Amino acid sequence: MSQATLRVQKISGHAGSVPGEDTQREYTVCKLIDTTTCIGCKACEVACMEWNDLPFGETVFDNTYQTMPETRWNYWNLILFNEHEREDGSLMWLMRKNQCMHCAEPGCLAACPADGAIVQYTNGIVDFQQANCIGCGYCITGCPFDIPKMNPKTHRVFKCTLCTDRVSEGLEPACIKSCPTGCLHFGTKDDMLDLAEKRVKQLRDHSNFPNAGVYDPQGVGGTGVVYVLHDASNPELYGGLPKNPRVPLSVKLWKGPLKWLGNVAMIGGLVGLFVHYLRYGPKAREEEDLATKPGGGKSS
Amino acid sequence: MSSSEQIIPHGHVLRYNLRERLTHWVAAIAYIYLLSTGLAFWSPWLFWVAAALGGAQVSRMLHPWAGLLFFAAVWNMYTMWAQQMKHTDDDRKWWKAVKYYSTNQDEKMPPAGRYNAGQKFLFWGFFWSTVALLITGLVLWFPEYIPWNLRLLRYLSVLIHPAAALFTIGLFMIHLYMGLFAERGAFGSVIRGDVSIAFAKRYHPAWYKEIAGESSSPRK
Repeated sequence: MSQATLRVQKISGHAGSVPGEDTQREYTVCKLIDTTTCIGCKACEVACMEWNDLPFGETVFDNTYQTMPETRWNYWNLILFNEHEREDGSLMWLMRKNQCMHCAEPGCLAACPADGAIVQYTNGIVDFQQANCIGCGYCITGCPFDIPKMNPKTHRVFKCTLCTDRVSEGLEPACIKSCPTGCLHFGTKDDMLDLAEKRVKQLRDHSNFPNAGVYDPQGVGGTGVVYVLHDASNPELYGGLPKNPRVPLSVKLWKGPLKWLGNVAMIGGLVGLFVHYLRYGPKAREEEDLATKPGGGKSS
Repeated sequence: MSSSEQIIPHGHVLRYNLRERLTHWVAAIAYIYLLSTGLAFWSPWLFWVAAALGGAQVSRMLHPWAGLLFFAAVWNMYTMWAQQMKHTDDDRKWWKAVKYYSTNQDEKMPPAGRYNAGQKFLFWGFFWSTVALLITGLVLWFPEYIPWNLRLLRYLSVLIHPAAALFTIGLFMIHLYMGLFAERGAFGSVIRGDVSIAFAKRYHPAWYKEIAGESSSPRK
């Protein structure tokens, strides 16, 4: 992906400093998805394929308004559909545009061992660099949203780039441009949160959605994609949006305490054995020493 | 793979037959490859190791296959040695006296058989770690095929796989130290197969007694 005007602030599997950290005055960009005005037209799905030149693939009809069960390595943007029956017996068609959430603290990047395979730009976009990807799939384990998908042929992982190439040229992502109802917005994180709060207030005060709210999960440091939900207390209703997504605990333990313990133990072990050899040396130096009968005098 | 045809120099006894030596070296080469590539994936500071071994993509591709080879070798060791590695009462005494062993006061050690208690610990440590590494390694080989509702398998694997590997690294370091530096003669025995009678008497007196009693010739 083009990095012409983008600088990198986080790099996966990287030793040493990072070029873009704190070097650029840059707004964090954000996509706002208002699920309450999404009509499930899938213009965004088409725009995503169009702009990114993704190959055509089979769709899967499951008697709903959903194109396929989940995103694919070459299908990054999918509207998830759920027919929800409310307590009063009325039905709601919940539509949620699903794609990479561009977490501020990305689990994929934390889990990735390959230098430079996953980067986060100073504008907050998390981008996969397939040339550096080694195909280990650790990002799949690190992601709490089940987004990274493996290309079985090339064994590299792909996902939404937030149209890095467009955004770096000052354009909005392709999906945003295509939305006919205006349920998709793009701008700075602050502006999008502001807009989202206004919409939530409207929903609460005038549309009888007292539980309406903004989805910007803090467990991953906030996300570069925020949702407005009619019922923010039940995000799972929206195609299994996790209530409190976090980088998996085991990934944190592996990359945190285990790594430190392991490194200290390995280096300590090497030093310890070296010092032991300096202090005690070999058990027996020459054949004559060996032949000395046990208990027959030789002791260091 | 009859060992009786091998010519043993005078004053030496056969310690490892050809099958044992071959298995050891298959395991050793596989393990060193696994260790190098595994450490490259473990730490960004060692990622260059993968580059030196043909690139990280190649390392990622071959690491699981080397793992299968290593498991096969360890399984072969299990079939050869499991009986001899059984824990005995003498081993308990050996562990109580381990401080003499580690300070080269071998004359104060209870007599060890073919394998002393430390070697048995090494064997079982490697065996069970390898089983754990195989199971978690299979999950990590194909993470994209683990369905979302079984993701706990992936979460456990990314933690258990490196933890078990670290445990084997500890064992491996001690194994190298003993075999290369501390016990002169041990390294040659796993290449040429024989040890001097003095070596056998000093480090494995109970074993030597056993094989010397078996026949008039010092061969096994």
